[in-house]
Amino acid sequence: MSILGLTLFKNVSYLQFHADWISSINSSFSIRLDGLGQILCLLTAVAYPLVFISTWKTQYKKSHNFFALMLLMQAGLMGVFLAMDALLFYFFWELALIPAYFLCSQWGGERRIAVTFKFFIYTFTGSILMLVAIIYTYLQTPTHSFDISAFYNSSLNNSSASWVFWLMFIAFAIKLPVWPLHTWQPDTYEQSPTAVTMILSGVMAKMGVLGMIRWLMPVLHLSFYQWGDTVSTLAITGMIYASLIAIQQDDLKRLVAYSSMAHMGLMCATLFAETQSGMQGVMIQMFNHGINIIGLWIVIELIEREFGTRKISELSGLAHRSPAMAMLFVVVALANIGLPLTNGFIGEFLMFNGIFASAVTKYYIVFTVLAGITIILAAVYTLNMIRKVFYGETNSLTTAGYPLRLNEKMALAIIVVLVFVIGLYPRIFLNMTQETSEFILKKAGVGGLFGQ
Amino acid sequence: MNALLLTAVFGVIMMLSSFLLTSKTAIRGLAVSGMVIVLAANVLEMMGIVFFKIDTKDMIAFDRFSLLFNSIVFISTLVYFLLSARDMEKVGINYGEYFALIFFVLCGVTLSSSFHSLLILFLGIEIISIPLYILTGSDKRNLKSNEASLKYFLLGAFSTGLMLMGIALIYGATGTFSTNGITTSPTSALVIAGMLLLMFSMAFKVSAAPFHFWTPDVYDGAPTVFTSFMATIVKVAAFIAFMRLFNDEFGSLQSRWQLLIALITAITLFIGNITAVFQQSVKRMLAYSSISQAGFMMMAIFAMNADAREGLLLYSAAYCLATIGIFAVLMKLKDYSFDGFNAFAKQQPLLAATTTIFLLSLAGIPLTAGFLSKFWMIKAVAGTGKYLWLVIFAVLMAVVSVYYYFRVIQAMYFKEGDGQTIEASLPFKWTLVLLAGIIVLLGVFPNWIIYWLYF
Repeated sequence: MSILGLTLFKNVSYLQFHADWISSINSSFSIRLDGLGQILCLLTAVAYPLVFISTWKTQYKKSHNFFALMLLMQAGLMGVFLAMDALLFYFFWELALIPAYFLCSQWGGERRIAVTFKFFIYTFTGSILMLVAIIYTYLQTPTHSFDISAFYNSSLNNSSASWVFWLMFIAFAIKLPVWPLHTWQPDTYEQSPTAVTMILSGVMAKMGVLGMIRWLMPVLHLSFYQWGDTVSTLAITGMIYASLIAIQQDDLKRLVAYSSMAHMGLMCATLFAETQSGMQGVMIQMFNHGINIIGLWIVIELIEREFGTRKISELSGLAHRSPAMAMLFVVVALANIGLPLTNGFIGEFLMFNGIFASAVTKYYIVFTVLAGITIILAAVYTLNMIRKVFYGETNSLTTAGYPLRLNEKMALAIIVVLVFVIGLYPRIFLNMTQETSEFILKKAGVGGLFGQ
Repeated sequence: MNALLLTAVFGVIMMLSSFLLTSKTAIRGLAVSGMVIVLAANVLEMMGIVFFKIDTKDMIAFDRFSLLFNSIVFISTLVYFLLSARDMEKVGINYGEYFALIFFVLCGVTLSSSFHSLLILFLGIEIISIPLYILTGSDKRNLKSNEASLKYFLLGAFSTGLMLMGIALIYGATGTFSTNGITTSPTSALVIAGMLLLMFSMAFKVSAAPFHFWTPDVYDGAPTVFTSFMATIVKVAAFIAFMRLFNDEFGSLQSRWQLLIALITAITLFIGNITAVFQQSVKRMLAYSSISQAGFMMMAIFAMNADAREGLLLYSAAYCLATIGIFAVLMKLKDYSFDGFNAFAKQQPLLAATTTIFLLSLAGIPLTAGFLSKFWMIKAVAGTGKYLWLVIFAVLMAVVSVYYYFRVIQAMYFKEGDGQTIEASLPFKWTLVLLAGIIVLLGVFPNWIIYWLYF
């Protein structure tokens, strides 16, 4: 709770901190809180208490290690969201990864070691390629500095900028994940302990989006424009692919994992449309997706714990015995597919608007339509899952029923309140993100390119 | 100069101590205090206090770079003594002689890090090598140890021959042993042939592929306590000599040898990492890991700029400290296979945690010294603006290295098993914790080392 208080305090005051670190190579410990950092730190600050409240009763072996690693990961995440120095950014990026590795390998499901190792190798490959890109860009900066403002002025020529772009993009795409670099994700989400899965999907995946917004779009704006269509195609292919697989899933965790992949793909595609409303939509949607998916994991966790299974085919009629759970879950699930009045709607509407209004791509209609299809697919698998799991006749397994515990009720209630507050009154977030997204788009040179 | 004479003197003292002192504790205490004195003398020389004024006719140059490197070596050796000196008792009865030989090796290290003449380079390398042949075979009743020693001796002698031939050719071309750089007729066949011979013999000494074949067998066959010393301190010393030689003497020919070094680097990285993946014994894995780490250090030879010099020093410190730490833990175990580490964390949580930090450092994970040293290497090569493929290849190989380093971590923390019972004294544990602390601190504040290079 004190962490929440601390970060909320950070959010209201415009904080900036700068200290020398490795002066011989012009790297400094420089952090600053802009609109993007605000919204993501807020997400981290909200997500962690939610995770801890909802898993209050879960007993871990060696719980002191578990919580220490969780909080270490939080430090890494916050650092990533705030770092304004490329080397520092890389440090925090890895600092968030290492605890995740130990958390998943130690407390995960039965296939945890192999699965987590795959996850680790994947992300480590990405991040070390990003390191090469960072060093290369650093050497091209006029002042030889890792500071972000120096990165804005780097003088990369066109072909090397493309190389650097892809090296960095792979790192971010693995974190999102963007198809075809996603294969670690469903397994890892399935095998990790639920508290960690919540953080991985709710907060950590946002590291990739942040990387694209802060380190890719303004720094390598020409390549960002040049490869925009390619990346959008990848992202949208991934969205449709993930949605189709989600429809086939029988395992609740994997279903949510694939749905998460589809939603993250939309964010990626929207970023490459480079529009003001799309950008703000992405930032808001990052927050929304973060809390919504945590809500979904909470319910799945308690279904698994009570009934010993996550198979949709084995569950039925939960709503009869525990209506509160059903109601809260349905709200969160509908928010996840972006129904009006919920927070998901605000984000998705802005993002679709952004793609459609895009000036940087010729294929904006195709992209919008294809991305729109995934919304329908999302409705298919979400409603289908709700129907099968919560409605219908109770079977022998679910007839015992299960009343929500107080802490789970609290966590879900907070999420539902947030869902409606943001859904009805998004202005706070719009104001928060406006300045940053304008600034980044200006750096990205969209206005200059097209005379807007 | 301080350290050079003092290491030789202490070598003789340790030799005498083996029949003057009866208690092993006394011998060990003498060795540790000798190491502290050598280190202090070297640090004093860095501050400008020289005990012995000897005119070496410009054959030796104690500059900042070599002095700083010597300090790193002495600190590493001190740590090595503190952690592993007790394990030398198990090797054989000649306890004092082992220390004497190690001090002689250090004397050679001092020479080969500060030579300004090809003759001194040769002397330094030989003074390093000959005690090592003995140390490798010091487990006299063990056939594997004997085989390793013989193999090392034969191949080492061969590479020494190559080196002498190279020196002779260079002398023939330039008329001097001083390493002032090739100024006359850089394209003459004598110079090129001499340079290649020297390159190959140095590549042999640092176990760069394709001259690495002796490494796994020798490291595996030698008593573990001496493998630790060979794989770390001796190896980085050979690297410093390599760097000095190619910087001072062949710096002007960089465009001629750069491609060859780049190929050697790439092959070394590839063979070291890929072969390490398939090892079943942690000791042999560490032997191959030392080859792959050598590949990374070769990047400094390739780049040969200011970053490379800083980076090689940082790399020496990071690599030596971490590897000495892992070997110190490994020596306590009876079973060297990966399975031998199963459930080690339950048995010895503190040792497992420190070993994890050492492994993370070797794998190059941030917040450890290993990361920043790899970072410096990448930066040095990227700074040359050429051969960007080498950088990308190197980082991909670093990912491969994560595979085998993390296998140990997985075994320690996540695998079930009985866990070997080992005895570890309290000072041993605290030294390891201190070592891990140094590695993390260096990983956050590399300036501590680099500052000394320039102040």
